[in-house]
Amino acid sequence: MMKNRFPVAAALCAGLLVLGGCQTDSRDQALATSQSQVALRSIQTRAFDTTDRDKTLRTVIATLQDLGFVIDKADDTLGTVSATKLDGYQLRMTVSARPRGETQTLVRANAQYNITAVEDPLPYQQFFEALSKSMFLEAQQVE
Amino acid sequence: MRAMKSLRGRRWLASAVIGLSVLSLGACQQTIPKEALQLSEVSLSIRQRQSRYFETVDEKMLLASSAAVLQDLGFNIDESETELGVVVGSKDRDATEAGQVVGALVMAALFGVAVPWDDEQKIRVSLVTRPISETPPKMAVRVTFQRIVWNTQKQVSKIEGLDDPELYQEFFDKLSQSVFLEAYEI
Repeated sequence: MMKNRFPVAAALCAGLLVLGGCQTDSRDQALATSQSQVALRSIQTRAFDTTDRDKTLRTVIATLQDLGFVIDKADDTLGTVSATKLDGYQLRMTVSARPRGETQTLVRANAQYNITAVEDPLPYQQFFEALSKSMFLEAQQVE
Repeated sequence: MRAMKSLRGRRWLASAVIGLSVLSLGACQQTIPKEALQLSEVSLSIRQRQSRYFETVDEKMLLASSAAVLQDLGFNIDESETELGVVVGSKDRDATEAGQVVGALVMAALFGVAVPWDDEQKIRVSLVTRPISETPPKMAVRVTFQRIVWNTQKQVSKIEGLDDPELYQEFFDKLSQSVFLEAYEI
């Protein structure tokens, strides 16, 4: 009888070990990021040589539509646009534009894929490439 | 003895199930598909399908007429930002399709299994106006639809953009009538 318990106990132990790598308190997610704030900001931000924030925001909206997003919200005062793409998955993005110095506009994007934050540089690079094409301006990396 | 055996069998089954779920939880993370934010070759044709331009510079009028058409189609306006030319709407509707229900009933009759069918859906739309030029007067309108469908077990069964060209054609026909202006293809 005792012997029979072994596989169950082993499976539970293995499970605990593996899960140990995930999370213990899901409330920690509220302020959690896996990358450092600085690294993440540089992945998610580009500068454009324009002071026309309105045009920048309109181009952001057009680019999001080109990429298959439906716009959720846009706020001219705050300079933010949020959008959702549904394609077997749910991808949410918020993009903001604000002035940087006298000659530039800073565009920051963050995305969420189903229930995880997108922190891989490639998708952001692709987004800024698409935006850059529509802006007719180069997307400059910000240090 | 027989009872012992079945108990042991059940234990093994339990540990197998736990083991499997641990394996799947081990994945913990999901990653975004490579093409999710990549402009594709079809992006342009989709843009053409979803866009028209009108010979006007009156963006507010075009937005108001667009909102009116969305209301005519039963959408509730969720968000709007006239300074950026954005109107967002949604509607919740029945998603039951006769074919699916028949299929589910056949499965139930033949194999005694309960197959869920599509039950409810939320359809979302965003409409964006964009000035192209003042002389000649040209203003573009782009509209995009998407939907989430839940089945009779309240699970998400479809999560997709709506790409049917006829849907867009019909929408712009209605918008064209509403603004008393012809809708030109981009």
